[in-house]
Amino acid sequence: MDMQAVDARELSLLAVIQGGFPLTPRPFLEIGNQIGLSEAQVIATLADLSQRGVIKRMGLIVRHRELGFKANAMVVWDLPDDLVSVMGKRVGELEFVTLCYRRRRSLPRWSYNLYCMIHGRERSQVLDHLAALEACCGLEEFPKQVLFSHRRFKQHGAHYFTQHVSAPHLLSVPPVSLQ
Amino acid sequence: MSVQDHHALLTTHAGKAPLSLTAMDWRLLNTFQKNFPLVAEPYAEMGRQLGISEQEVLQRLSSLQESGVVSRVGAVLRTGQIGVSTLAAVEVAPAELERVAAVVNSFAEVNHNYEREHALNLWFVVTACSEERLMSILAEIERQSGSPVYMMPMEENFHIDLGFPIDQQQDWI
Repeated sequence: MDMQAVDARELSLLAVIQGGFPLTPRPFLEIGNQIGLSEAQVIATLADLSQRGVIKRMGLIVRHRELGFKANAMVVWDLPDDLVSVMGKRVGELEFVTLCYRRRRSLPRWSYNLYCMIHGRERSQVLDHLAALEACCGLEEFPKQVLFSHRRFKQHGAHYFTQHVSAPHLLSVPPVSLQ
Repeated sequence: MSVQDHHALLTTHAGKAPLSLTAMDWRLLNTFQKNFPLVAEPYAEMGRQLGISEQEVLQRLSSLQESGVVSRVGAVLRTGQIGVSTLAAVEVAPAELERVAAVVNSFAEVNHNYEREHALNLWFVVTACSEERLMSILAEIERQSGSPVYMMPMEENFHIDLGFPIDQQQDWI
């Protein structure tokens, strides 16, 4: 995926909304007032960020556990490098899979490179999903680990900006990745 | 599953009072995990689509947020577009787990932190404004936990996030 440069104005907007939209009748007006943008500019910028894929979605962000989906497993496989993309695409399409990434191995201890998250109401439901996933994607033969979550110490949206930054010139953060 | 059983499953973050979600709450959850209206009065627009008032939308969203079902109403960014992010894990002795988890949580840049059932038992995601800041956070966690921190940055995303499919739960209402 191409990295899309995010400019200073967009960054200041993303910083202001990282905790969520205000629950007031004119949220975009309120957001704009904090960073010197008009309501229309806020709306247009959010639409543009969505269209470019910087924003994946906007709306209610739910917590699975509170909805009764108490079982959650991270499943990891060690796949040959040339198989990861094709397998990842299959796994990522399944309805019960909520995340699916290729990740860099952390060798020598951790050789896994395909990661997915499966949520269910009970552990048995997660394991049923996993069995179905392995059968349909052809993943039975590969080394894997199933890591059920136990305690949750923290879950919230990413806070990209540790301080509230009101001066856009301070937000000269280039989009970078660790690949 | 009966409605009562279903409600019994729903507990708040703190594990206190059971939640009772109404049919309208489920409709809000099912309809607006994506496609938040980009208009001047988005909550009024949501209300129009659901056949309720703006005030009711706002009240329901507030209470869903208070009870922890909804962490926020906002935007989900694509990982890797802004800042530098990685999944990381550390092996912690059970007696030390709460202490080390608190160290990890003390960084605002940590947004998920879970105990998982494995020898590598503490898993968290760090998203920082720079690679330098990210590495200094991991180094500090390593120093305070006394164990190596393993990092597994994302290299390719295979999942298009459309929100969590909870349509299946409509039959519980």
